[in-house]
Amino acid sequence: MTQNAYQNDRGNKDRTITNPDGIGSAEPVRAATAAATAKPVANGQFLIGDGMTGGYGMGADILHDCTIAVKKGEIAVIVGPNGAGKSTAMRAVFGMLNLRQGAVRLDGQDISGLTPQARVAKGMAFVPQNSNIFASLTVEENLEMGAFLRRDDINRTMEQVYELFPILKDKRRQIAGELSGGQRQQVAVGRALMTEPQVLMLDEPTAGVSPIVMDELFDRIIEVARTGISILMVEQNARQALNIADTGYVLVQGRNRYTDTGQTLLADPEVRKSFLGG
Amino acid sequence: MDVLNALVAFANFVLVPATAYGAQLALGALGVTLIYGILRFSNFAHGDTMAFGAMVTILVTWSIPLVFAWLQFNFPTLLFPIADWVLSPFGVAGGPLPTALLALPVGILVTALLLLGTDRVIYGFYRQQRAKPVVLVIVSMGVMFMMNGLVRFVIGPDDQRFADGARFIVSAREFKAMTGLREGLAFKTSQGITIVTAVIVVAALFWFLNRTRTGKSMRAYSDNEDLALLSGINPERVVAITWIIVAALATVAGVLYGLDKSFKPFTYFQLLLPIFASAIVGGLGSPVGAIVGGFVIAFSEVTVTYAWKKVLGYLMPEALEPSGLVQLLSTDYKFAVSFVILVIVLLFRPTGIFAGKTG
Repeated sequence: MTQNAYQNDRGNKDRTITNPDGIGSAEPVRAATAAATAKPVANGQFLIGDGMTGGYGMGADILHDCTIAVKKGEIAVIVGPNGAGKSTAMRAVFGMLNLRQGAVRLDGQDISGLTPQARVAKGMAFVPQNSNIFASLTVEENLEMGAFLRRDDINRTMEQVYELFPILKDKRRQIAGELSGGQRQQVAVGRALMTEPQVLMLDEPTAGVSPIVMDELFDRIIEVARTGISILMVEQNARQALNIADTGYVLVQGRNRYTDTGQTLLADPEVRKSFLGG
Repeated sequence: MDVLNALVAFANFVLVPATAYGAQLALGALGVTLIYGILRFSNFAHGDTMAFGAMVTILVTWSIPLVFAWLQFNFPTLLFPIADWVLSPFGVAGGPLPTALLALPVGILVTALLLLGTDRVIYGFYRQQRAKPVVLVIVSMGVMFMMNGLVRFVIGPDDQRFADGARFIVSAREFKAMTGLREGLAFKTSQGITIVTAVIVVAALFWFLNRTRTGKSMRAYSDNEDLALLSGINPERVVAITWIIVAALATVAGVLYGLDKSFKPFTYFQLLLPIFASAIVGGLGSPVGAIVGGFVIAFSEVTVTYAWKKVLGYLMPEALEPSGLVQLLSTDYKFAVSFVILVIVLLFRPTGIFAGKTG
């Protein structure tokens, strides 16, 4: 990144000529480099990021042959220490990062060459960790934007989201940036659900919310999974997350360290000692 | 003491001209603020984009009589009556409206193509490099010089008058005859058209941004680029639509300014300062701010450079009547007004009146 003179930050702080607000950090896959090809589904995995290797710009690789996957209607959780590449792995699966090696397959189709918006159309949805709502738009507009690619009637889906998160219905005319932390997370998840996705990817959905709100959010996530939506989640609260996970991935320095069912990982003394605080 | 005559003189020399000028600045500032909000840099090429749009419109305006004659010659029976009917309200066929309004859509179209081409060839490259906004600012300066040269190359650096049709809606003499006052109030056609067009364009823009799906997606993109991507909003499409809207705003602003004053490429380059001042005073990135800012700058400029002798003469007792012109600043220095306002705003309220999008 530092190699690129275009990204030199010098002189970039004068707000009368430059506007740093809401600027994107993604390096999205730009166009279909390879046609989506059907391949046999690996062990029934619905979405799999297979042997992913890559990093940002010209910088060093963050992911090294990292594989994460989720089965239909199940919950997969990625845990690991800070800087393990959990969020990067999620972004890579969503095409917001150019991979040097590896492939992403959805329902057996290779989607590595698809742009993020094409992946949305394929039934994927992603809730990033930070700035995951349109803060200057109303709650309702946020949900509408979630359903941007849909041409059919979105009112029914919107009702379902309001059923899942009743508080949003009361606040739907309010500017989303004015809501509390927990409510903002609900807007974020609601926005992602508006496409009626088959896979929902959540990057630390409970970051910065109170324990009560956290439990509530986990309940809602389980509820969503029960409707048949696969969930791939990065979580800081590893113990609670593995508790509800069908599959758990422990990443360390961009590599898979442990992969097993959530309960097995919770029972594994090594994992407990190193990653769950004993 | 003659309050009525003072009011009329004030309206004639300050209120009406400043309102028209404010509307032109507001349209220009809206374009700047849209680019700032969505493409995230200050577009220095905006003044010359206005000049380009006005130039194309002028060229089309000049060629309309030729097209008209050609139609008359080749299709005397079928097409000519239609063309005749379309042209009848415009100056070229003796109607009251300036012919340039008819040429405006073509001007917008050509300008939109130019901006989309510029984006494709120049800005697109820097977006792909994920260049910082400040790099794009400098790039836009290069584009400014290119457009500047292009306009002068095609139409020349001189003054061009292209206003036709009726010159006044109400002329000073008519007004005096109507009211019996000593002061006249002239209301030029170009001023009337400027105000009406500006209201229509602004209303359409706000409706578009707040009510349509595409407009909301533009606001969403401006708010949070990454999340827009995750929602399936195609950034390249948002950028393209922004350029098209900016082309329309710039061309309309340029043509209205040209109709009201006259067209001279260098004047449009100079307009950049009051336009930027308007956008910054109102709060960059805020469309409402751009409009308010436009009027703030226009009214300050006109009131400061107007010679108040006449108005004060009506208001003050004879003994106190001013002997000088009571002009605070010569019109030659009118750009200093925008500059001073800009400096004051940046010193005391850098986010502008409407605080831009940072709130």
